[in-house]
Amino acid sequence: MRLSLEARAKPARIMVWASPLIAAVGSIIGVSILFAVLGRDPLAALNILFVAPLETIDGLAELGLKATPLLLCAIGIAVGCRAEVWNIGAEGQFTIGAICGGGVALAFGGNDSWWLLPVMLLAGIAGGMAWAAIPAFLKTRFNAHEILTTLMLTYVSIQLLGYLVHGPWKDPQGYSFPQTRQFEADALLPMLIEGTRLHIGVVFALASVPLGSILLGRTMLGFQIRTVGAAPAAARYAGFSRNRIVWVCLLLSGGMAGLAGICEVAGPDGQLTPVISPGYGFAAIIVAFLGRLNPIGILFSSALMALLYLGGEGLQVSMQLPIAVTGTIQGMLLFFLLAADVLINYRVRLKPSRAAAGATGHA
Amino acid sequence: MTTTRRSLLQASLALPAAAMLPRAAGAAAPFNVGFVYVAPIGDAGWTFQHELGRKALVAALGDSVKTSFVENVPEEGADAERVIRKLATDGNGLIFTTSFGFMEPTLKVAKQFPKVKFEHCTGYKRAANLATYSARFYEGRYLTGLIAGRMTKSNVIGYVAAFPIPEVVQGINAVLLAARTVNPNVTIKVVFVSSWFDPGKERAAADTLISQGADVVMHHTDSSAVVQGAEEKGVWSFGYDSDMLRFGPKTNLTSVTMHWGDYYIERTKAAIAGTWKSGDVWGGLKTGMVKLGPLNAAVPDAVKAEVAAVQAKIEAGTLVPFAGPIKDQKGAMKVAAGKSLSDGEILGMDWFAEGVQGKLG
Amino acid sequence: MHETEILLAVVVATLRAATPLMIAGFGELIAERSGVLNLGVEGMMLMGASVGFIGTVATGSPILGFVAAMLAGAALALVFGVLTLSLMANQVATGLALTIFGVGFSALVGVGWIGTPLQGIATDIWPGLSKASPMVQQLMLLDPVVWLAILLPFIAQRFIYRTRAGLILRAVGESHDVAHALGYSVLRIRYLAVLFGGAMSGLAGAYLSLAYTPMWSDNMVAGRGWIALALVVFSTWKPLWLAIGSLLFGFVTIAQFQAEALGLDVSPHLLAMLPYLATIVVLVLISRDATRLKLNAPAALGRPFHATA
Repeated sequence: MRLSLEARAKPARIMVWASPLIAAVGSIIGVSILFAVLGRDPLAALNILFVAPLETIDGLAELGLKATPLLLCAIGIAVGCRAEVWNIGAEGQFTIGAICGGGVALAFGGNDSWWLLPVMLLAGIAGGMAWAAIPAFLKTRFNAHEILTTLMLTYVSIQLLGYLVHGPWKDPQGYSFPQTRQFEADALLPMLIEGTRLHIGVVFALASVPLGSILLGRTMLGFQIRTVGAAPAAARYAGFSRNRIVWVCLLLSGGMAGLAGICEVAGPDGQLTPVISPGYGFAAIIVAFLGRLNPIGILFSSALMALLYLGGEGLQVSMQLPIAVTGTIQGMLLFFLLAADVLINYRVRLKPSRAAAGATGHA
Repeated sequence: MTTTRRSLLQASLALPAAAMLPRAAGAAAPFNVGFVYVAPIGDAGWTFQHELGRKALVAALGDSVKTSFVENVPEEGADAERVIRKLATDGNGLIFTTSFGFMEPTLKVAKQFPKVKFEHCTGYKRAANLATYSARFYEGRYLTGLIAGRMTKSNVIGYVAAFPIPEVVQGINAVLLAARTVNPNVTIKVVFVSSWFDPGKERAAADTLISQGADVVMHHTDSSAVVQGAEEKGVWSFGYDSDMLRFGPKTNLTSVTMHWGDYYIERTKAAIAGTWKSGDVWGGLKTGMVKLGPLNAAVPDAVKAEVAAVQAKIEAGTLVPFAGPIKDQKGAMKVAAGKSLSDGEILGMDWFAEGVQGKLG
Repeated sequence: MHETEILLAVVVATLRAATPLMIAGFGELIAERSGVLNLGVEGMMLMGASVGFIGTVATGSPILGFVAAMLAGAALALVFGVLTLSLMANQVATGLALTIFGVGFSALVGVGWIGTPLQGIATDIWPGLSKASPMVQQLMLLDPVVWLAILLPFIAQRFIYRTRAGLILRAVGESHDVAHALGYSVLRIRYLAVLFGGAMSGLAGAYLSLAYTPMWSDNMVAGRGWIALALVVFSTWKPLWLAIGSLLFGFVTIAQFQAEALGLDVSPHLLAMLPYLATIVVLVLISRDATRLKLNAPAALGRPFHATA
């Protein structure tokens, strides 16, 4: 007897929603076993991991704060992936966006100019786009693969940030420590909920969901993007310019990552420091695929990813579990989620027996 | 935000967290102390020494304290602030944040939680409930510079550093000044590896310095790779943060080590007793925050005696490492003869002394 | 004399720095040639580093340590294989999840072993070396893994282009449907390629924890898995170019340190950009010929395969 997969004639709509639930059940079992092995109460741990972060207004605000950069970066990445343009350097575009927007804040902050925040945001977007334009140019002009160029430019951007905060942009009153001065109040994003850190950036992130959906599903450009990705031969036949799509995808995802970057430094950070992202640009790639490259799916997956971060911190604080355990658990949960998606397009059969209806996924 | 609103918010935050804390009815509740670490605890290095301090606190105060820690917290503002706040809402009365990058987040959370006491390591921003503490690591460095000056034959000291921040610069300058008191021909070559922790790069940088003639190497990074590399190549080394003799039994001369336990015990006792006050503590050799690890048998007795004498003078305050005359790399007089640097000038040191080869910023 | 010594040191250091990139990159290259993109190299390297270290300390034998590391890397690759090949999960996301898992799990496994000192592996493998000049000695005193890494591109080149197995591997990566129609078991070949890639990543990780810097510490691979991945793209899936890319990256890193130690008056941050910029520049130079690229990139890379018949 062995399990086998049988292709469905068409994707099961029910499974689009049910597979994450099946994954949840699977991962709860898996995580419980791990906690039992570690000698902790599985129920209490699961509560800290999944429930406690959502119990307060502040917890929800933190979830939104954490999900905002993930959501912005992931939607841009997803649009690119639909056209098989692999931008894995959102982290770098995020960093450059933060540098450009932050530079505007440092140069013009403190004058209560009404235009300061909009210009900062635009500078952030422009910075991210400019950084992504380099791989786009190298790809369309020289065939240089964007997986390599975007990744390498990420490391370059982090060194550039280091150069600025250690050198020319260093806070003169800061005892030579590597950070800029604090942004003035007029250069900080307004808060949505008083007393929390949920800033207006989350609105941009949420707005990008319907906009992304419309772009991909309802516009000619979206159709071209999808065709270039799914059927390159057909796209060529139809006369869609692959180079144009490469430019569009990289500029779009670079701009969104840049917006995420400036929102992060003008939101919770309030200054430029050598570390401005704990890896949002990379995590957003998982978020994009976990959301099946669909903006609505990404809305959920970014919230889930944010929850995993918050829950992981909770496990450390409240249960004294080392970071190694939380990382292991996060990886396991992602495995279950990814594995369960197989049920959308395939049904599980038990060979050779016939009556296998209701068999569940098995990783 | 008004005060009432703030306390309302706190109450709503603290309630579910407090409800989850297991408490034996009737027993005196332990005092909760939280620690925020910038890296995984690891085996040696900066965070490891703070963890030793936490363990010393637990050993000293036993059941009257309950400690918790969060490791590998990014120095990015958003995450650090949330972790510190979570420790505050979880009922910790005293919270130590142990990396410079936590300064602004600690300050923000301290404003929101006036009843919780905070201690930030290596920073300079304080509040009524936020104290700062650090150590004069350069005093320990000065002693290693003395040994290095005596032990080097090539007169080149190799220095593997992470980033050009003042704490690193102080150490490099201290080593040079001390070495030149016993050997005026010493120069220091510096390589920045742009990472606090990357054993491979640290090792490659050490190999590079050795190939360029350094016969003594030191590091201001977080792993023991430089000490190991020196052992393999047969050149002298000094460890940092933790005692690293076991990684270089033949060639590791000694390590500059940090000890936070006494401070953590003292401050926690004060917080429990209600006598805790904000302030700035900058310990050193005298307070035992900085110590020289065990000396390798290879260090001659005469040098050992010399080191002990200089250490005694530093502790007594009769010898000041950053006393003039000191010239910078370009030969300009930075500290005139008879003068010495103020604490503020040391804290923000952004120049290399004459004899250091390396580029800042 | 002084210049030759520095030059020699640069050569040795470059080889040592390039070794983990070359070995891990080669494993990934084989996996990608079969049509599977595994972004979990960093995680598999970390598992290899921790398990290899534990194995060596526990048994006293570096050989057993390396074997354990390869098994650990392959075990992680097996998880990836089950998810992406049997369950057809998305390869990009699963690979990234594998890295998150590997970073955490290697730390969990290795927690009792951090801070244990370990001798580096023996390097005097050549008989009669003591009679050679000190220069030659220094060059020949590289550890055996480095020698393996030097040989690897040539073996790989032969394997991929001159053997039947290599031909089948390429066929599967090029078009799984055609390979399947020809009667090859696509899944079996991909499993083998992925497991091999994992074993190589494990070996590369163990090289770091046993030879390059003999120690175990969380996250000690420090991003080399990502560089190895990028270098596979750089190589346009050709083993010899992978070797060139690894050596280039290693060389620029070392040259940057040498320049700093010589007192070059440039910001260390700007110098630290050099290895990345150099890789981009060389990639641009070698990618200009579009037809050459098309011939090499495995056409089925990243696409799941499900036998319908």
